[in-house]
Amino acid sequence: MTTSAAFASVSALVRRETSMVYDEGKEYLVEARLNPLAQAKGLGLEEYVARLAFDADERRKVVDALTINETSWFRDHSPYQAFTDTMLPSLLEDRATARHLRIWSAACSSGQEAYSIAMLLDQHLPIGWSYEIVATDISTQMLERVRAGRYSQVEVNRGLPATSLVRYFTRVGRDWEIAERLRERVTVRHLNLAAPYVGLGSFDVIWLRNVLIYFDAATKADILRRMLPMLAPDGYLLLGSSETTLDLPPDLAASWQREQIGRVPAYRRASAMTLSSTGA
Amino acid sequence: MRAMIIDDSRAMRSILRRIVTGLHFETSEAEHGQAALDQMRAGVVPDVCLVDWNMPVMDGYTFITEVRSNPEWRDVTLMMVTTESEQRQIVRALAAGAHEYVIKPFTPDAIVDKLSLLGLVPAGGVRAGDGVTA
Repeated sequence: MTTSAAFASVSALVRRETSMVYDEGKEYLVEARLNPLAQAKGLGLEEYVARLAFDADERRKVVDALTINETSWFRDHSPYQAFTDTMLPSLLEDRATARHLRIWSAACSSGQEAYSIAMLLDQHLPIGWSYEIVATDISTQMLERVRAGRYSQVEVNRGLPATSLVRYFTRVGRDWEIAERLRERVTVRHLNLAAPYVGLGSFDVIWLRNVLIYFDAATKADILRRMLPMLAPDGYLLLGSSETTLDLPPDLAASWQREQIGRVPAYRRASAMTLSSTGA
Repeated sequence: MRAMIIDDSRAMRSILRRIVTGLHFETSEAEHGQAALDQMRAGVVPDVCLVDWNMPVMDGYTFITEVRSNPEWRDVTLMMVTTESEQRQIVRALAAGAHEYVIKPFTPDAIVDKLSLLGLVPAGGVRAGDGVTA
């Protein structure tokens, strides 16, 4: 198998199992992530890729390795600012009876997003309120990491304010472990965003950041169509800074209403916006 | 923006200098806290100090308490960059007036993230490259 054939075969595998697209030009990334796996088996990259056809365990490892994204705490700041300054006060008013919030961290990777939200809720939710954060990812390896809530020195340096480090983490050997009271609020679920969303319930805020860019247009539209009923009528959807609903089919684009909150656009169910703007 | 890099290791100063000049900071350097204070008293007052903890003559912790005790320097942002990774040491530095804390080893992005957190560079704006640990 040649290198380009190996790349084509791996990108077809990842696309088949996750609907994520690895275009040409991403060879370096595939090579960087797969080389350690190949070496662990004592094989060259091409030999290793050839073996994937009949080795389900290795296929799973490859999918894991290629769906891990670089991530940091409070990534991009602005969405978190918008969440605490605007979305949260509005939800606190709307949920005054239930006093419970549900957040979905979709494609949660190693959990920094889910735990960043948990830290904010810990600081800003009034006494008597509770919350659940559902963290989903396609990588079982990543979900294990979220469950463990342990991060290396290098990872806690990335965007985590020092005050939050000392408030929410404990040193365990060379790693830092997030507080039990935050960990118990985060429910981990294995989920392929391109597959049906079953048994997740509905959410007040959905964080779907920096993941749609990996899907083709049809899958992206399908995901955003199926996200609609997952969001509470007055809830908020957050996308990555380079992602938008503008390029969707017109009927679907019309179902999402863009609302600028601080420095970030949030997306809301259009029907809810119509209802509230007519006073119904 | 001006950054002062205070570290007794020339190699570390050079690594930090490369990161912050990549963010368009002007830089000055000092090899311990006393030399940094001398520069500041002579009028070289930076917007941010990147301060190591363990240094000869005057350590970073003492430097921070000295800077914080002078009201003229209240706008100077202080960021510890150190191998000291005990929780109680981080708490001590923050209580003494450090705004942020980066533990060595770090990736260049960690410095960029923290400076951005402090409002000194635009969030997600300039990247200093990654994959390098210092």
